[in-house]
Amino acid sequence: MQETDIQFLENSFKKYYFDHFDQIKVPERTSEREFGYQKFNSGMTRHLAIKDDKELHLMLIQNIPSDVYCSNAYYTFPNLPMNEKDWKEADLIFDIDAKDLNLPCRESHTVSICNECNEVSKNSSQCTKCNSTKLEKKSLPCNNCINASKTEVTKLSEVLIDDLAVSKENIHVYFSGNEGFHVYVYDSQFQEIGSRERSELTDYISFRGIIPESFGMKKIKPNRASFPDFEDKGWRGRFSKYIFGSKSKRSKIITELLANGYSSFQKTLDDASDNIGVKIDPNVTMDIHRIFRLPGSINSKSGLAKIQCNDLEKFDPYIEASFLSDETVEILANCPIEFKLKNKKFGPYNNEKITIPTFAAAYMICKKLARIA
Amino acid sequence: MLELGQDEIAKYPFLADAGQYLKDQGFSLEQFGSDPDLKHLIEKAYERIRVAADGKIYKSDLDGDHVSKEAALPREVFSFLLAIVLLKLSGMHTLIKRFALAEARRAEKYLEKDLANISDESKNQLAIRVIDDLFSVQVEKLDDFFVIPVSNYLKHSINFHEREWKLINRHVENGQVYLSPHETVRLIRKELGTYINSKIVNARTPTMIPGFEDSVNKLVSLSKKFVTYTVTTGEYPPCIKHAIEVLEKGENLPHSGRFMLATFLLSKGQSVQQIAPLFKNAPDYNERVTLYQLNHLAGTSGAGTQYSCPSCEKLKTQDLCFATSECDNIINPLQFGRKKK
Repeated sequence: MQETDIQFLENSFKKYYFDHFDQIKVPERTSEREFGYQKFNSGMTRHLAIKDDKELHLMLIQNIPSDVYCSNAYYTFPNLPMNEKDWKEADLIFDIDAKDLNLPCRESHTVSICNECNEVSKNSSQCTKCNSTKLEKKSLPCNNCINASKTEVTKLSEVLIDDLAVSKENIHVYFSGNEGFHVYVYDSQFQEIGSRERSELTDYISFRGIIPESFGMKKIKPNRASFPDFEDKGWRGRFSKYIFGSKSKRSKIITELLANGYSSFQKTLDDASDNIGVKIDPNVTMDIHRIFRLPGSINSKSGLAKIQCNDLEKFDPYIEASFLSDETVEILANCPIEFKLKNKKFGPYNNEKITIPTFAAAYMICKKLARIA
Repeated sequence: MLELGQDEIAKYPFLADAGQYLKDQGFSLEQFGSDPDLKHLIEKAYERIRVAADGKIYKSDLDGDHVSKEAALPREVFSFLLAIVLLKLSGMHTLIKRFALAEARRAEKYLEKDLANISDESKNQLAIRVIDDLFSVQVEKLDDFFVIPVSNYLKHSINFHEREWKLINRHVENGQVYLSPHETVRLIRKELGTYINSKIVNARTPTMIPGFEDSVNKLVSLSKKFVTYTVTTGEYPPCIKHAIEVLEKGENLPHSGRFMLATFLLSKGQSVQQIAPLFKNAPDYNERVTLYQLNHLAGTSGAGTQYSCPSCEKLKTQDLCFATSECDNIINPLQFGRKKK
């Protein structure tokens, strides 16, 4: 990124942190958490301890970070090196990202930026100009991506509440600021479990690693009575609805399943994982030492803020998470994909010099699809 | 600590304070070596270890749940305590491990029976309390099942490699896992073994007691049977081969895949300098970052922790497993191609 771009983003972010500090939710038990931040074009500063709102405010204004992070873990000494922090517990976190959902729309709004010659081309595996394979993919997620991610959030909440007895008030959903959602679970029975246990929990939530026996199919002498039913709790009930469709078809389909045999049933279960399992990133949930984007802070991949969604269904990130100013700025845009922010349409731009509002300019510059003219 | 009746001490001898028990009964270790009436108990203790070493469960004198005769109780407990003394004197760690596991499985049988005992509520409660006291698993009875919190279940079940223990293959409802008495007890087998093992390891090693020598010598030669030799083919497992292929094609290998590859090769004795070039084709290759990360994994920088290769189970979760029949139920890629001779 060139110097003028960095300056522009820093100024816009600074204004945000100044005007919208109320957006930034200082997490509870602040002094037990580890904080960190990144500045444009430089590495990560972490292992910071912060006392309260005031100190956080000061850190943001003094440093104008591109990204700010905070641990989900609680430590006795959050500012010491990793192995001396004394880990106590950690909130349970899930990451749902549109890029992991394999949506068919994705290709239409992904571009490749060549690391060698900066050429921007539609999604491809090789640079159209210099044939380099060192490409960076950037996606401008569409409404379909956001809606599909929301569906996963809803599925996740259902499993958390119904199967795992997490109370609704303890589940907080945040738009990540870019392509998906972060779901936080506070005060659950899972606060103190380690990384391997969390990994196992993700397999449960994503409906992975099932053996046919658990859903009624035995290798030897399978028995109709052990197949799941609609009224069953948890995954047995959800799987019933998926596999049988309606109650009237249940008996007929069980007959089919029995006739097809054990290994075919295993295949059915694996396919079901892709359809009814919740698509979460297992690596995020099992990492108990990670620092996560701070709620209310700006995501430098998009210039949008990570904010809490109180009404998920109605939530539109391209209206509600865009906080940068309306002041106009002149940029050179090379953005072959159209996008919408604050109810206004932008693009496509083909190497054009344009004057547009800061929030839209920042969005493209963050995606490396524009620079200050 | 639990108040134990006679039957309970015989079933769960590891719960008794060994030294105190002997004193209370009015015996010293030396007497067992010299008194002809007691000496056969050493033989019995040796037998208890030998059976355990063979992977079997020692058949006790208990008649069902009860001590058959008055004399059986001391025999039961003494043979257990003497077995510990013999193991300590022999210093054979492989035997201690096997013994602890076999004793855990023996106790498991009784715990299971006690849990399932519907006619005697006190038996039931005792078993629940043993589990709760020793292993901090809060067991509750619900109809025909025992239910425990999911988080508790996970802490124990992650040590199992059989897929039926995965949470997804259990009945989960309302934040709890439903288990049969058998499963409840099976869940804590490892902890039971660890508990017994630590009791033995932490016990004081006595100096050789006259009359114990023969049995100790027999244990030393018995343990030689369990030394194993392994051969390694040197072939890479499919997950590693796949990762290398992805990198060679210049495609993106996720962070978790790079972690797996690097930790695997480091464990196989390759150096950071040997491994680094593998990542050259990655779309986001940066020599400085690669070396920094590799040194970190190797433990030569940062906090000095050397990272180990993830288990097969974890790699499955991360979509990095490409198991073939040759993987043959290994639990970590590092075991691939290693065969017992």
